[in-house]
Amino acid sequence: MSATDLLIAPFIEFEFMQRALVGVFALALGAGPVGAFLMLRRMSLTGDAMAHAILPGAAIGFLLSGLDLFAMTFGGLAAGLLVAVGAGVVARATELKEDASLAAFYLISLALGVMILSVKGSNVDLLHVLFGTVLGLDDPTLFLVAGIATLTLLTLALIWRPLVLECVDPAFLSSVSRAGAPGHIAFLALVVLNLVGGFHALGTLLSVGLMMLPAATARFWVRDLTPLVVCATAIAFVSGVVGLLVSYHLGAPSGPAIILVAGGAYLVSVLFGPAGGILTRRWPRRHLEA
Amino acid sequence: MSAPAAPAPAALRFRDLTLGYERHPAVHHLTGEVPEGALLAICGPNGAGKSTLLRGIMGQLRPLGGAIERAGLDPRDMAYLPQGAQVDRSFPISVYDMVCMGLWRATGLFGGIGRKDKEKVRAALAAVGLEGFESRPIGTLSGGQMQRTLFARLLLQDARLILLDEPFNALDAKTISDLLDLVRRWHGERRTILAVLHDFDLVRAHFPQTLLLARAPVAWGATADALAPENLLKARRMGEAWHDDAPACAA
Repeated sequence: MSATDLLIAPFIEFEFMQRALVGVFALALGAGPVGAFLMLRRMSLTGDAMAHAILPGAAIGFLLSGLDLFAMTFGGLAAGLLVAVGAGVVARATELKEDASLAAFYLISLALGVMILSVKGSNVDLLHVLFGTVLGLDDPTLFLVAGIATLTLLTLALIWRPLVLECVDPAFLSSVSRAGAPGHIAFLALVVLNLVGGFHALGTLLSVGLMMLPAATARFWVRDLTPLVVCATAIAFVSGVVGLLVSYHLGAPSGPAIILVAGGAYLVSVLFGPAGGILTRRWPRRHLEA
Repeated sequence: MSAPAAPAPAALRFRDLTLGYERHPAVHHLTGEVPEGALLAICGPNGAGKSTLLRGIMGQLRPLGGAIERAGLDPRDMAYLPQGAQVDRSFPISVYDMVCMGLWRATGLFGGIGRKDKEKVRAALAAVGLEGFESRPIGTLSGGQMQRTLFARLLLQDARLILLDEPFNALDAKTISDLLDLVRRWHGERRTILAVLHDFDLVRAHFPQTLLLARAPVAWGATADALAPENLLKARRMGEAWHDDAPACAA
């Protein structure tokens, strides 16, 4: 089997592979930068919490109108935004910290989602919502995912400075600008949007993987902010492509394959990453003169 | 007790101001004026309400009683360096970008940073003695270098009112003297400066006015008078503990 057969042929031969390729590209464009900021804001687990939070919305949409793109997207968005904004508002208006209030909201939401799915749906439905179908992306879904990626990049450009400044020095930001809170809420909305876009392809739980694993991986290779964001996006895309190929050649489910490839890249980086990986810390190069 | 009569118009006026947490006062019944262009040191024992007063001035705390008048000062005209500024040193950002944030008032969310601004940033870095540190990540700075970086940012903020909370803590003599030069320069430009300080010798040498605070104001005026031994003794006797069953204040 030549390299062409291995790497290129599947995408030329099959339309569903081309669609999946476009899908993971759009997903990576949105999820990469969002994941990088989630990590820098020490909110790595927030993505996971939000992924659970969108479950009841998607489930209600699914039960009302079956596998309908609009209903499930809208339901997931509504539930996710409700939890994100609710948690953000409680954290800023009361003494409770953000992590605690988010935990409270998403657990309620998750229990509700599981309740709805197990009372009304079947196991197959549950599997679809949890793990998605990247190989079955139709036109409207592709447009949705691409639209979300576009909106994400535009919004990030808009809130970049407050987002960065609120990570580095929140007290300073609040002394010069009121953009901190709206920026934060907009960012949470982006997290929800990208998870909702991701869950059609990868499912609610695995779509977090395409956010956090590339970001954490990129951190082992570069230290600066802008390269970090670019690097995370690139790693997300490459993981997507390699994951699709693995899934094609081995006949494995595509969602887990993509995330496992990203996970493999992460493990390699933990060991060999030049920016704080295990090997460079264990056996550092000789120290400099000044 | 009140501030000495001064010809300059007031930049800040406290009217029977009480600030505190959960009804317990940390600054109790403070009345007085800070004239424009003042260089005022705020001294007092731990727990005397010094930082609380600065937070109140910044509008981060709502007064429990009384009021603060900020004669025409927009929040953007005020620059605040909190105590042990809570900067996330692990965030991957360079000294240059950190200092650029001082231009926020001019650039806002999108404004570009032009050649003139770059010149300003370079000048600010030079003024605090950090030439050549532009591309260093802030995580690699020492405590003194970080404080110099924050002062460079303050320089660019170009604020009329500057609040410094223990700005010279844990710094070596050289750094303190460099940063004091900046404070004197701001004073020369008739900016109003309030600084919380513990080093009485430094205050006596460089700050013409002092407010001695021990929850209630103990003395406010020329530094030599305010820091007289009997005032310091009085300030030291302040009880630091809260009483859960303290009665409501009658005054």
